[in-house]
Amino acid sequence: MAQHEHILSAKLYVIIWAALMCLTVITAGVAFIDLGPFNTVVALVIATFKALLVVLIFMHVKYSSERLTKTVVLAALFWLMLLLGLSLMDYGTRHFT
Amino acid sequence: MSDSPIALEHPTELQHHFADMEQQKDASTFGMWLFLGTEIMFFGGMFAAYLIYRRWYYNEFALGSRSIDIWLGTINTIVLICSSLTVALGVRAAQMGKRKLLVILLLITMAFGVAFLAIKGVEWYQKYEEHHVPGSSFNASDIVSVGQKYGIHIDQGHSQIYFSLYFALTGLHALHMLVGLGIFTVLTYLAWKGKYTPEYHTPIEIGGLYWHFVDIVWIYLFPLLYLIDRKPFH
Amino acid sequence: MATAVVTTERENYLNSDYGVRSWLLTTDHKRIALLYLLSITFFFFIGGFFALLMRLELLTPAGDLVQADTYNKLFTMHGQIMVFFFLIPSIPAVLGNFLVPMMIGAKDLAFPRINLLSWYLYIFGGCMMLHCIVTGGVDTGWTFYTPFSTAFTNTKVIEAGLSIFIVGFSSILTGLNFVVSIHRMRAPGLTWSRLPLFLWSTYATSIIFLLGTPVLAITLLLLIFERAFHLGIFDPTRGGDPLLFQHLFWFYSHPAVYIMILPAMGVVSEIIPCFSRKRVFGYSFVAMSSIAIAVFGFLVWAHHMFVAGISLYSALFFSILSYLVAVPSAVKVFNWTATMYKGSISFSTPMLYALGFIGLFTIGGLTGLFLAALGFDVHVTDTYFVIAHFHYIMVGGAVMGFLGGLHFWWPKISGRMYPEAWGRLAAAIVFIGFNLTFFPQFILGYMGMPRRYWQYPPEFQVLNVFSTAGSTILAVGYLLPMVYMLWSLRYGKIAGDNPWGAAGLEWKTASPPPTFNFDETPEVTWEAYNYDEIPMPEEVSLER
Repeated sequence: MAQHEHILSAKLYVIIWAALMCLTVITAGVAFIDLGPFNTVVALVIATFKALLVVLIFMHVKYSSERLTKTVVLAALFWLMLLLGLSLMDYGTRHFT
Repeated sequence: MSDSPIALEHPTELQHHFADMEQQKDASTFGMWLFLGTEIMFFGGMFAAYLIYRRWYYNEFALGSRSIDIWLGTINTIVLICSSLTVALGVRAAQMGKRKLLVILLLITMAFGVAFLAIKGVEWYQKYEEHHVPGSSFNASDIVSVGQKYGIHIDQGHSQIYFSLYFALTGLHALHMLVGLGIFTVLTYLAWKGKYTPEYHTPIEIGGLYWHFVDIVWIYLFPLLYLIDRKPFH
Repeated sequence: MATAVVTTERENYLNSDYGVRSWLLTTDHKRIALLYLLSITFFFFIGGFFALLMRLELLTPAGDLVQADTYNKLFTMHGQIMVFFFLIPSIPAVLGNFLVPMMIGAKDLAFPRINLLSWYLYIFGGCMMLHCIVTGGVDTGWTFYTPFSTAFTNTKVIEAGLSIFIVGFSSILTGLNFVVSIHRMRAPGLTWSRLPLFLWSTYATSIIFLLGTPVLAITLLLLIFERAFHLGIFDPTRGGDPLLFQHLFWFYSHPAVYIMILPAMGVVSEIIPCFSRKRVFGYSFVAMSSIAIAVFGFLVWAHHMFVAGISLYSALFFSILSYLVAVPSAVKVFNWTATMYKGSISFSTPMLYALGFIGLFTIGGLTGLFLAALGFDVHVTDTYFVIAHFHYIMVGGAVMGFLGGLHFWWPKISGRMYPEAWGRLAAAIVFIGFNLTFFPQFILGYMGMPRRYWQYPPEFQVLNVFSTAGSTILAVGYLLPMVYMLWSLRYGKIAGDNPWGAAGLEWKTASPPPTFNFDETPEVTWEAYNYDEIPMPEEVSLER
C-alpha cells in the first residue's frame, strides 16, 4: 500500500517554505507603495499564489492521482464565487435607474 | 510489510466495514477534503460581508485597517507558514515511520500555533485599549480625527462595521486554530505511543490537511485586513 | 436453509443486542436511522400541534383563542421545528441512513461514529429548541429577519439561533457521510449508471448540505453576535444592511427546499417503477435532473426578496434563473408518468403516496413559477398564496414522499407488513385533508389575506373554516400510520425478504437485515430497475 504514496523530499518542502516567506515579505512591502487600484490586485494575486503552493505541495494535491480531490476544491471555490458574485450583483446594480 | 497473512488481511487499524486499508484511507482523506469545502463556504459568508461593506465604506475600512499593527500581522503570517512547513515535514516523518521526528515536529507545530495565538492576543489587547472592540464601549474618535487630517468624514457606525468584521474573521480563525491545537495534542500523544506507521498514519495526514487549510484562510485574511488599504492616502 | 431449524428467529440488527445502551451507543446505521425516526416523529407532532393551534385561532375572524404575541410565537416555532427538526432530517436521516449503505452493498456508512455524533448533535440542538420553547419561544418568524430579530424583539433569538446552528452541523456530517460512502464504498459492479435513483437524489441533497449549511451557520453566528454585542453588520442605524442578512440566509434556505424535496423525489423514483413493473423511463435524465436541481437551486435565492429592495436588475436575473429550476423538475414528473405508461400498475399504499406526490408537487411547483414572475410576486408576496405554495411542496411533496417511503421500506425496517387496507385509507385521508387545508389558502392569498396575522376580515371566514376543517382531517391522517405501524410491529404479517418484488440491493438481504447488512459482499451484474426480470409477488398482484 505504501507504494501509492509519494514521499516528497524534505528539500522541496523547504524550498516551498522559502518561497512562501519571500512572498510574505514582498506583499507586506508592496502594501506601502501606492499602486492605485493595483494594490488590491497585487496583494490578492500573491495570496492566491501562496495558497496554491500550500494546496498543491504541502497538501499533496499536485501528486494525488485522484481527480476527486481537485473536483472538491474547484466545486467549493465555484460555490464561493456564486455566493459572492450573485450577492454582489445586487449591490452593484442597486443604483442603476 | 508483515509476512503473516492474517495480519495482512486484518490490520488492527482496519475498521470492519471497509474492505481494505486503502479504501479506509481514501474515505478519510476524501471526508476531510469535503469538510474543508464546507469551511470555505463558512468563511465565505464573512468574505461576502467584507466585500460589500468595503465597497460602501471605503474610508472607514482604509483607516480601520491602518489602525491595526501590520508588523504583528506579518510576524503572525510568518509563524503560520513555518508551522505549515513543520506539519508537512511531520507528515513526511510519519510516512517514513520516524516516530521521534514526528513527535518533535508536531510539538514544534503546536508551539508555532500557540505563538500565533499569543501574538493575536497582543493585537486584540491593543484594540481593546483603543476602544476598538465593537459593543457599548466602542469609540473610534481617534480614527475620526485621523480622517479629519485627510479631510474625509468618518462615520463611527461604519467604522464599527469594519472592526466587527475584523473581530469576526480573526476570532473565528483563532477558534479554528484552537481546535487545531486540540487535534494536534491528541495526534502527538498517539504518535508518541507509536500508533502511526508507514502503513497507517491517516490521522496525521488529515490533521495536517486541516492545519494547512487554517493557514490558507490566514493567507487571505492577511492582505484583506492588514495590507490592501495601507498605501498613502490621496 | 432446509436443514436449519426455523423455530428461532434469524439474528438481525434489531435482536442482535438488547438494552438502552446498545441503542444509544450504536454505530449501526440502521439503528441510528430508527433513533432519528423516533426523534423526528416527536418534533413532527410538536410542530403539528402548533399548526393546529394556529388553525383553531383562524377559525374565526376575531383574535379570540390566542393573542397576537402568542400567535407570532406559534408560527415561528411551527416553522423552525418543521423545517430544521423535521423536514430537513426526515428522509435523509431516516430513510437515507437506513438505505444508503444497503443500496450500495456496504456494511455501514463510511464514518459510523460520526453518524452517531450527528444524531447526538441533532438531539442536543433539539433539546435546546425545546428549552427555548418552554421558556418563552421566539417571535421573529422562522426567517429571523433583521433588524427585528437583533434590535427589537425581546424573545429568545440567541438560543433558537444556536440550536439551529448545532442542528446544522448534524446535517453537514450526515451529508459528508453519504457523499464519501457513495463515492468510496460501492459494491463491485455497482457503477454510477447502475445506482438506484434514490442514491442520486441523496447525493444531490448531500451536496446542498455540504455547500449550503455552512453559510447558514455563519449567518446565524453573525446574527447572534449582532444581537449580543450590537456589531452593526445587519443594523441599518449603524450603516449595516439588513438585506445582506436576507441574502446570506436565503443562500442556504432556498436550497434547503431542495433538501426537502429531492429525497422525496428519490423515494418516488423507487416506488413508481416497482408498482408499475417497468424500468424507470429515461434513467439518466432522472438521475442528472437531481444534480441539476441541486446546482440550479443555488442560483435563485433572491426571489424571496423581490419586494425587499434589491436591485431591479438582479431581481430580473433571479426571476429568469428561477424558471430554470422548473426544467429538471418537469423532467422528473414527465419521466415518472412515462414510466407508468403501459405498466402493470398496482395501487398499493406506497404507490398511492407516490401518485399523490406527483399531483401535489406539480401544483406546488407550478404555483412556484407564478411566484417567480416579478409582477405576480409583488401582488401575492407575504400572502397565503405563498403559504399554500410552499406547503404543497413541503407537505404535499416532502411529507407524502416520506410517508410513501416509510410504507415502502417498512417491511425491510421492521420485518413485518403494515395493514394494507388501513394504509390505503390513511393515504386517502392525508390526500383529502391536505387539499382541503391548503387549496383554500391559494384563493385566500390571491384575494389578499396576508400571512402571519392572528385576525382577518370576516369575508375570508368561509375559506378559513374549510382550511381548519382540513387540518383536523390531515391530523387524523398522520396519526393513523403511527398507530397501525406500531401495531404492526407485534401483530403485522411477517414480511418476506422482498414482499414487493422490488429491484435494488436492499431487497436482496433478509428482512430485517442482519447487522452487517449482507452475509457476503454482493456483486452487481445487472442494471437498476430490471423489473422485466423480476416476477411480481402474488399478494401484490392480487391487491390491484
